[in-house]
Amino acid sequence: MVKALYEGRLAVNLAGIKMLTPITTASGTFGFGLEFSDFLDLEKVGAITVKGTTLEPRSGNQGQRAVETPAGMLNCVGLENPGVQYFLEQTLPELKKINSPVIVNIAGSTPEEYGVLAAKLDVDGVDGVEINISCPNVKQGGIAFGTCPTSAVEVVKAVKANTSKPVITKLSPNVTDIVEMALAVEAAGSDALSLINTLVGMKIDIERKAPVLGNVMGGLSGPAVRPIAVRMVYQVAQQVKIPIIGMGGIMNAEDAIEFFLAGATSVAVGTANFREPRIAETISTGILSYLDRHGFKNINEIIGLALPK
Amino acid sequence: MPKLIVDAKVIGQKVLTTDIRQIDLWAPQLAKIAVPGQFVNVEVSRQVAPLLRRPLGIADLNREQGTITLIYRIIGDATKILAEACSGDLINIIGPLGKGFDLKAKKPLIVGGGLGLAPLVYLAKSFCPSPVDILIGGRTEKEVFWRLLFEDLCQGVSVTTDDGSYGTKGNVLALLPQMIEANNYDCIYVCGPEPMMKAVAKFADQAAIPCQISLEKYMACGLGGCLSCSCGGIGKRLKVCTDGPVFWSKEVTEW
Repeated sequence: MVKALYEGRLAVNLAGIKMLTPITTASGTFGFGLEFSDFLDLEKVGAITVKGTTLEPRSGNQGQRAVETPAGMLNCVGLENPGVQYFLEQTLPELKKINSPVIVNIAGSTPEEYGVLAAKLDVDGVDGVEINISCPNVKQGGIAFGTCPTSAVEVVKAVKANTSKPVITKLSPNVTDIVEMALAVEAAGSDALSLINTLVGMKIDIERKAPVLGNVMGGLSGPAVRPIAVRMVYQVAQQVKIPIIGMGGIMNAEDAIEFFLAGATSVAVGTANFREPRIAETISTGILSYLDRHGFKNINEIIGLALPK
Repeated sequence: MPKLIVDAKVIGQKVLTTDIRQIDLWAPQLAKIAVPGQFVNVEVSRQVAPLLRRPLGIADLNREQGTITLIYRIIGDATKILAEACSGDLINIIGPLGKGFDLKAKKPLIVGGGLGLAPLVYLAKSFCPSPVDILIGGRTEKEVFWRLLFEDLCQGVSVTTDDGSYGTKGNVLALLPQMIEANNYDCIYVCGPEPMMKAVAKFADQAAIPCQISLEKYMACGLGGCLSCSCGGIGKRLKVCTDGPVFWSKEVTEW
């Protein structure tokens, strides 16, 4: 019966990851998924992308970690997580009980560390790894790899050499030429792309005359960044052959459809999970009604329809 | 305890001071299960700005009538919008969230200041008819209007103000030692500005009285998903939204 979810009309194949709906959750906005199980049926989420995982536990950044901005928010959580060992022993067994693919977001400070993480996660119950080379909130690694094509290539190669799972590379929008980055990681063997991570921003408290965030700068997400994300998906989709997970400020089905039309095979909801914890499930019905209204049988028919002919 | 997402109907709002409001909501499923110290995450607008919900402590509830009461200060766009909500409006709320107070104390002392006093109203009420004392601190007389909300709930209401315009001059530590000396409190509950909570927790520790603190940290989801509100615990990280907001003071090592 799960196979027949929405009569298969929303099923997509993302580089070998079979998703029953084209919706996943942006890493860091959905915990490990289980935190949201009071509100939605996790089996109706196409894939669960979990919080960024590192080799050792990380306690994240000090001070205020989030603040709302116009139609968006800044965060500087700093990859707080209990480490890969904890994930494998405590979290993964719980996630395995849910019949939904699991994508694990990984972050390291050297290409070798990404490789070790990928090897540790090359286990039953993990359906894909997403390389985080775009976190703006950590000193080492993170965005440093995501803004330099040669470093990004090294990381992708290290991960590919250590896993049998599909490898997704999450790119940073904080670059001059997103297409150059996308082509570089595609050539290095990445099986898919996530577009986009957050944009670096900051907010100043004018009463205290100081930055609001403990880490001074943070990553901007939410509807405020959506036009940039749509533009980048649109540009990259014209140049690469690998599938794209589109993300950036998706709040409803209409927003998601923009990304499909721009060439995304799948989309991730992020900041919207904070506002509306049911969104990763309920957005699917809105997409179905769009398909009905426009006479399409299947989500795959609309992918890239807005691209130049 | 299940977390619910419901459209709560506004019953009415009360002006407590120039910038503090009380809103009463009809949310029977929530009122049935929420305990003192828990909070709700309030969607103030259906638009994308303000984007995030606003977490507000449950200041009171009435199980029979199915209502919950929230008290908030108008400080920004979101609370301005909330202040415009009228009777009959529907406001989407998620709750009850977080872990509430431990209510086993036989001789409790409640200490609070500012908006931190909101959840303490429901706490004080839950001890009734057992006697409970409260110590309220504020900068000026205007900030300690809260005493009126506790008059019918508490046996002893003590007040300090920084400027001496009401009660004893000074902060809560000006009265706390003698209150502890004169009574055999077996638990202190504190919610207020961070310096107040840290000072009270330290004093309680020295007096060997268990102390519960209710922390406030900026949070985006309230569900344990975003890690905006995490703090340091013993050998592990704690989330204010799901492991708290109420903690034993000794559980939290860095906040």
